[in-house]
Amino acid sequence: MEKSGLNLKATELRLGLPGSESPERGSDKNGNAAVILSLKSFVGSGAKRVFCDATDADAKWVFSVSEAAAGRLFSPRGGGSSNNNNNNHGKVHVGSDSGLGGPVLEDGNGACVAAQSPKPVMMVQDKKSHEIAPSKAQVVGWPPIRSYRKNTMSSQSSKNDDDSEAKLGLGCLYVKVSMDGAPYLRKVDLKTYSSYIDLSSALEKMFSCFTIVSGQCSSHNVPSRDGLSESRLMDLLHGSEYVLTYEDKDGDWMLVGDVPWEMFTDSCRRLRIMKSSDAIGLAPRAMEKCKNRN
Amino acid sequence: MESESKRKKESPNTAELAVTASFPDEVLEIVLSLLTSHRDRSSVSLVCKDWYRAERWSRTQVFIGNCYSVSPEILTRRFPNIRSVTLKGKPRFSDFNLVPPNWGADIHAWLVAFAVKYPFLEELRLKRMAVSDESLEFLASNFPNFKLLSLLSCDGFSTDGLAAIATHCKNLTELDIQENGIEDSSGSWLSCFPESFTSLEVLNFANLTSEVNTDALERLVSRCKSLKVLKVNKSISLEQLQRLLVRAPQLEELGTGSFLQDLTARPYADLESAFNNCKNIHTLSGLWEAVPLYLPALYNSCANLTFLNLSYTALQSGEFAKLVVHCPRLRRLWVLDTVEDKGLEAVGSNCPLLEELRVFPADPFDEEIIHGVTEEGFVAVSFGCRRLHYVLYFCRQMTNAAVATIVQNCPNFTHFRLCIMTPGLPDYLTNEPMDEAFGAVVKTCSKLQRLSVSGLLTDLTFEYIGKYAKNLETLSVAFAGRSDRGMQCVLEGCPKLRKLEIRDCPFGNEALLSGLEKYESMRSLWMSACNVTMNACRRLAKQMPRLNVEVMKEDGSDDSQADKVYIYRTVAGPRRDAPPSVLTL
Repeated sequence: MEKSGLNLKATELRLGLPGSESPERGSDKNGNAAVILSLKSFVGSGAKRVFCDATDADAKWVFSVSEAAAGRLFSPRGGGSSNNNNNNHGKVHVGSDSGLGGPVLEDGNGACVAAQSPKPVMMVQDKKSHEIAPSKAQVVGWPPIRSYRKNTMSSQSSKNDDDSEAKLGLGCLYVKVSMDGAPYLRKVDLKTYSSYIDLSSALEKMFSCFTIVSGQCSSHNVPSRDGLSESRLMDLLHGSEYVLTYEDKDGDWMLVGDVPWEMFTDSCRRLRIMKSSDAIGLAPRAMEKCKNRN
Repeated sequence: MESESKRKKESPNTAELAVTASFPDEVLEIVLSLLTSHRDRSSVSLVCKDWYRAERWSRTQVFIGNCYSVSPEILTRRFPNIRSVTLKGKPRFSDFNLVPPNWGADIHAWLVAFAVKYPFLEELRLKRMAVSDESLEFLASNFPNFKLLSLLSCDGFSTDGLAAIATHCKNLTELDIQENGIEDSSGSWLSCFPESFTSLEVLNFANLTSEVNTDALERLVSRCKSLKVLKVNKSISLEQLQRLLVRAPQLEELGTGSFLQDLTARPYADLESAFNNCKNIHTLSGLWEAVPLYLPALYNSCANLTFLNLSYTALQSGEFAKLVVHCPRLRRLWVLDTVEDKGLEAVGSNCPLLEELRVFPADPFDEEIIHGVTEEGFVAVSFGCRRLHYVLYFCRQMTNAAVATIVQNCPNFTHFRLCIMTPGLPDYLTNEPMDEAFGAVVKTCSKLQRLSVSGLLTDLTFEYIGKYAKNLETLSVAFAGRSDRGMQCVLEGCPKLRKLEIRDCPFGNEALLSGLEKYESMRSLWMSACNVTMNACRRLAKQMPRLNVEVMKEDGSDDSQADKVYIYRTVAGPRRDAPPSVLTL
């Protein structure tokens, strides 16, 4: 994907492994832009560690065991820019013949430690559909919660899905945020933000190299009420690596920033940080829909 | 009673023995009938033949922790006068879908034997048994004195079976249906209680979903003047609840229906007054989809609450804290982790009498949820609630230091079940294994009976457990340990161990076979996704004929691996009702 003349340093998203320095931007030999995202950005309220001991104390792994099982899927697209970053500190053998019924991890001392038996992990971004990358593999019977409780709670939360994933009457509006190529979903409470700028900076912190939304939303041209204008949007789309989109109540995928903030929080069901190549088709539709609404 | 039996045992004096021999059986039976504890009765029956005989004639209640450890024939032969039976069936991991369907534990054969030998059976409490509608119909029709039915975590029946119970059991006092795999086709079963039926004291249908006829329910509640426990399901609205409360001010345990409704001022005031009128409520549950707006209606009732079960209510920390301020006498609390650490801090500040805390995850499969509880909430509770002795805690992070603090504050833990939801997660601050946490637990809590471990654990945890947990009876282990040594330490060390359940650990044949004699003193051992082979299981089965060794194979796995192993002691021999997926060795 080519870069245009726009300043994209701020908007480029890069995928890399923890502890890696930001590699030089630029295309690898295939002419693809290197996509590096420091996994450190996924450190949430609790940093997660891989099952085995990390030999390098500085390289704090930030994904959990089930992620380790899917470690092979982390390699950046297009081959990646730093070769050594593709090696996990703990080797992961995924296979059903290990006798342990699950992936076996070697820790720094070479001792084998059993991880869980993984179900197939459905992680890879799907260019064709606008499916959110599904959440990670689940281990059978873990966490140990009775089926009755699991079914009851999940039916309660799927009911909430119908209501913009709002927990009824409790004044929060949790929506999932996924990013193409990232191993995690995050959740944000839209009620805690009062504008696109707020949301953008929060997401920026969450996915720390991510500054797309602020780019989308900063007003250079004639601002609309929320600091966004049509033409600016089109300009940005050509250049940025990623854009922020959302799925509305009708199940359509729209570009964030189109509509007034309140209308957005009312109709937003989930957010997705999508490769802009996937989003090109969106913009005109979004504009039309917005026009039709107004 | 105990000291008396001891004295008789120790005395070598023949004169005293002669006195014992002439002690009339009837008197002995009356004395022994005052014994209720199963363990005391077991001890008594071992004293001498006379006492064995007297005990068996006087026993009216029996508890069978593993339905395959004994057969209906053996049971009915030994105890002729049983009125109350408690049976547990499947291994506990069946709750988490680890046991194949049709595994067994069918109640029917027992009921057939009871119909002949215990026609005056009054009480049946079943846990993890397979129960069919046919069995419930059989039960309803063959036991005229039947009073109490409690089904927990059972499966195989539908609301039709409940209809049979309601229709035919004229003396029913208790119907308690909890967390079962029930096929809930309609709520019409409730209307099957005849109009002449008035004996109900306990009615719990909170986990059913179908709507019941609210008129029928109101009439039922009105005429059952001894009703003490009423737990309705979420189809019952707040307005309907208010009408029920008005008809049953004597209630002691209440499970509300849906707490979500648009109430105008008048119905809200009525609801509040109805609650205030029920001055004996000490247990509260339900509160499905509770809207914080209506929680103040409960505030006055909360003053006397000893057990609050909010485990199906997603309350946030603020509104939960406001509620908990009104519950100073709380002893047992079940919540969802939506209340977060702040909510638990409020518990620590307001509930000094708390003895039991269970925190369930609202979203267990969402790994990136920003909220939930952490070690801080648990620590806060431990500072405020020094009497805490039972905890079940689901969290996403924990530290060794926090657990050490917690057990220092609360050294009286009898049940410590900590579930760090990501398998193999170390202490998130130090990046070390959680060995020292559980080491602190077993070293400090000498009364510990039940322990569930989680997080990144080496064999050291199990060394600690084997060395210090002298009263441990139940141990649950998942994704832990480094080598056979871990399991061996436990088998060699814990003298009172009865149930050991292990999944996804690197324990193999050496560990399995190191516990040969031990297994006869235990109820059962479960090992799944470990490193055990079929040959080792065969060896074990051969050497220990009084154990049943059952292996469940998974599709597509290696022939030599024993994927899931369930070993239990039994006097009934190998079972004959195992499905093809279960191999008895």
